[in-house]
Amino acid sequence: MSVSENQLIALLPLLIVAGTSIVVMLGVAVHRDHRLSATLTFIGLAAAFASLWIAGPAAPLQVTPLLMLDRYALFYIGLIVAASMAFVLLSYGYFERCEGDHDELYILLLVATLGSAVLVASSHFVSLFLGLELLSVALYGLIAYRHSRPLPLEAGIKYLVLAAASAAFLLFGMALIYGALGTMQFGEIVVRLARADFGRWLVLPGLALIVTGFGFKLAVVPFHLWTPDVYQGAPAPVTAYIATVSKGAMFALMLRFFYRSGAHALSPVFIVFSIIAIASMIVGNLLALLQNNVKRILAYSSIAHLGYLLVAFQAAGDLGPTAVTFYLVSYFVTTMGAFGVVTVLSDGSSEAEDLEDYRGLFWRRPALAAVFTAMLLSLAGIPITAGFIGKFYVVAAGASSAMWALIVILVITSAIGLFYYLRIVVVMYGQTSESPASVSRLAPAGSLVLAVLAALLVWFGVFPGPLLSFIRNALAGMA
Amino acid sequence: MILLWLILIPLIAGVVAWAVARWSPSTSRWVALVAVLIDFVLALSLWTGNFHAGLHTWFEQADWAWIPQFGIRFHLALDGLSLLLLVLTFFLGILSVLASWNEITDAVGFFHLNLLWILAGIAGVFLAVNLFLFYFAWELMLVPMYFLISIWGHENRVYAAVKFFLFTQLSGLLMLIGILALFFLHYHATGVYTFEYQELLGTTMSSTAEMWIMLGFFIAFAVKLPVVVLHTWLPDAHTEAPTAGSVILAGLLLKTGAYGMLRFVVPLFPHAARTFAPVAMALGVAGILYGAILAFGQTDLKRLVAYTSVSHLGFVLLGIFAWNDLALQGAVMTMVCHGISTGALFILVGALQERIHSREMDRMGGLWSTAPRLSGAALFFALASLGLPGLGDFVGEFLVLLGTYKVSIVLAVLATVGVLFATFYALRMVQRAFQGPNTHDWRVADLMPREGLVVALMVVALLWLGLYPRPVLDTFQPAMARLEQLASGR
Repeated sequence: MSVSENQLIALLPLLIVAGTSIVVMLGVAVHRDHRLSATLTFIGLAAAFASLWIAGPAAPLQVTPLLMLDRYALFYIGLIVAASMAFVLLSYGYFERCEGDHDELYILLLVATLGSAVLVASSHFVSLFLGLELLSVALYGLIAYRHSRPLPLEAGIKYLVLAAASAAFLLFGMALIYGALGTMQFGEIVVRLARADFGRWLVLPGLALIVTGFGFKLAVVPFHLWTPDVYQGAPAPVTAYIATVSKGAMFALMLRFFYRSGAHALSPVFIVFSIIAIASMIVGNLLALLQNNVKRILAYSSIAHLGYLLVAFQAAGDLGPTAVTFYLVSYFVTTMGAFGVVTVLSDGSSEAEDLEDYRGLFWRRPALAAVFTAMLLSLAGIPITAGFIGKFYVVAAGASSAMWALIVILVITSAIGLFYYLRIVVVMYGQTSESPASVSRLAPAGSLVLAVLAALLVWFGVFPGPLLSFIRNALAGMA
Repeated sequence: MILLWLILIPLIAGVVAWAVARWSPSTSRWVALVAVLIDFVLALSLWTGNFHAGLHTWFEQADWAWIPQFGIRFHLALDGLSLLLLVLTFFLGILSVLASWNEITDAVGFFHLNLLWILAGIAGVFLAVNLFLFYFAWELMLVPMYFLISIWGHENRVYAAVKFFLFTQLSGLLMLIGILALFFLHYHATGVYTFEYQELLGTTMSSTAEMWIMLGFFIAFAVKLPVVVLHTWLPDAHTEAPTAGSVILAGLLLKTGAYGMLRFVVPLFPHAARTFAPVAMALGVAGILYGAILAFGQTDLKRLVAYTSVSHLGFVLLGIFAWNDLALQGAVMTMVCHGISTGALFILVGALQERIHSREMDRMGGLWSTAPRLSGAALFFALASLGLPGLGDFVGEFLVLLGTYKVSIVLAVLATVGVLFATFYALRMVQRAFQGPNTHDWRVADLMPREGLVVALMVVALLWLGLYPRPVLDTFQPAMARLEQLASGR
């Protein structure tokens, strides 16, 4: 099987990311320098982002049976690469303040990014698994990167054990579907499912196992048990990465898999997803109420948000995927921003994760507190933030398919959610006895990222039109 | 275009006020004051400029495509009802800025940012004729209000602020479901994606669907209004908010609920509203009596005034759902007059609290001897509140009672009993706080010229509304006629 020139062009973003990881690795072998590694990584990611415009005209293009480079894939690759760039800028300032060597962090990041990009472009079980493992293995390293400390190490091992188990579920599920349908290609699965002469008793358990594997990565109830510990244990920028890129890539893949295979229209699958969505919304929001640790609050809130996404995911027609994609974009911006604030406030010795660390933040650092407030309000879905349009879209998608029960639960649980977002806000605006003299300067790269994210948050919240047409265009290109 | 400026000016001025406060807090106050004054003048010029042309429906519009994929337009439009409430908004806005001139000393810039953004949100609510834009503005005014209460409020502010936010947000989301359900029903009937108010009027739907969607809207507005049962956030929020916050809450935010009932609930869902009217009117009467009785039992002056709001807004609800000419005129008059008289009472209580650091009536008494101007003003607005003829509130409540009498004699009689109760709580307040011997030996400064000006403006406004309400009635009459026509047109 030969790869043509056109296919190489379509693959360009992936190739650049992969190439950058090798360049950075060689660079580390020659000379260890944190700034150099970070800069190289950033340039590589920026080049990969720019190459999307070169790859764009070549799309849609099937490259080997494994990868489908269509506008949908390129859109999500762009989102993932942009998030990774934000990660580089945030973690440079963060790890600069930590002891030890930091260069390998960027290699792991590039591998994880490559894995995510493969995931969103995959059209075959093999590439799905390949991408997933690239992502997971790199994440073990990233989570436990500060291995001299107990919490990250514990989080890393927890993630390793559970991710390995879920990968086994996924593999078994794929095997069952292959056994029933005789193909691992998403497109073929659609055709053969339509013929209805398959062994239903193999396909449904197979789908159930695959959903289990997906559910673990998405951290939806009841596969969420690792989330709070890993969120808390991992270094703040890595948490941001898990919350955005890892979940976003998985959801994009799931959207493609189920829309292409049409499997989510099977009523048992619909019921299972509805139960998962309801459980995630309720459990995520209720447990978040009980936390006093900002990272854990955000962990439970992300469980709830994935529940909201599943509501839109279930909606029929075009509205569902558009809503999911818009919500994911706003979720990326918001979550990156929220964890970005945690990141820039953390120093080498401790993470700024206790609610008390934020007391009176507004009086010490008004701009930072304003950004965090905006992010939290976006998570709560308040106007002029992207989260408002996202939530509006999700409810609209649900209403268009008349899923009233799911929407009412969404509305009620999100009002509960408001309560813990406001708790953080209240603490930030509370009075503090601490003198404002102890304010140190923030890392410039981190501040830049936060400023850009806040601007995007408001931009998408006030003028969502252009982004919406862009997303519709990308979804229409899902081949 | 001028309508857009009405919203943009406070938004921009809010940011400016925040920015300049770092160097000079008093500049920040002036920026806020000038911005609201400009808006007030603009609103007045719209009023006088169009008054003789008859103020027909939507005499001023501004319309841009916003999110075309969904038929969402940035569409503002003005009729007499909106105009009147806009004038009230900026009038009370000016007074709120003046009333907090000395009260607010922390984070002055951020305070004015929030104050101006609330006013912009309220103006947006009164102007929006696209349901998405309406919901956007509706939600937008919550956040700054939340900050206003939770940062500059009194002792129990965080609890009150969170309660306020949760109540309004949850009910707002129910309205969102209602809006979207209406949107999709309209889409299925016509194949057009639109959130435009004008186009959604007269959407065909089954009576069950109409009832459910109407209830979604009703609950959102009922929380704001507030209707008894859903009112529990109100006494806390009003009591804990700083003076400007209480003035805006009572004077304006509650009116957005009433406005929503008038503009959306009845015209969009006429059949369901007619079926539901007896329940709503009964809730209105319950509110009148409940609010009055609880107001009588309060010892905290601010809480007392807060409960009188529950009572007065009961008249508004009663008038709206009685839905005839007289009752509607009365409802709108009550909205405007209640905004002024209750706003004034909150300003006076705030001024008093600045001086004696208490809101407990047990700690007061005999204040007339030391602060005659303040006490006299309080008596004036207490009398307005109890419905003394010659003052605005009387006109509103009287018209509501007349209109209700045509629909239900029983409810009219019960509501009249509520007016009687108002006499008890208003006079009890004046007696315990201001009259009698000065047992605590208070020596406090009387109203400053700035405060005196604020109070004088409100006195004049109430006298005008009470003695010569014709121009005001004429202002909203065409708009109300149009709404009635919409609600009965099918």
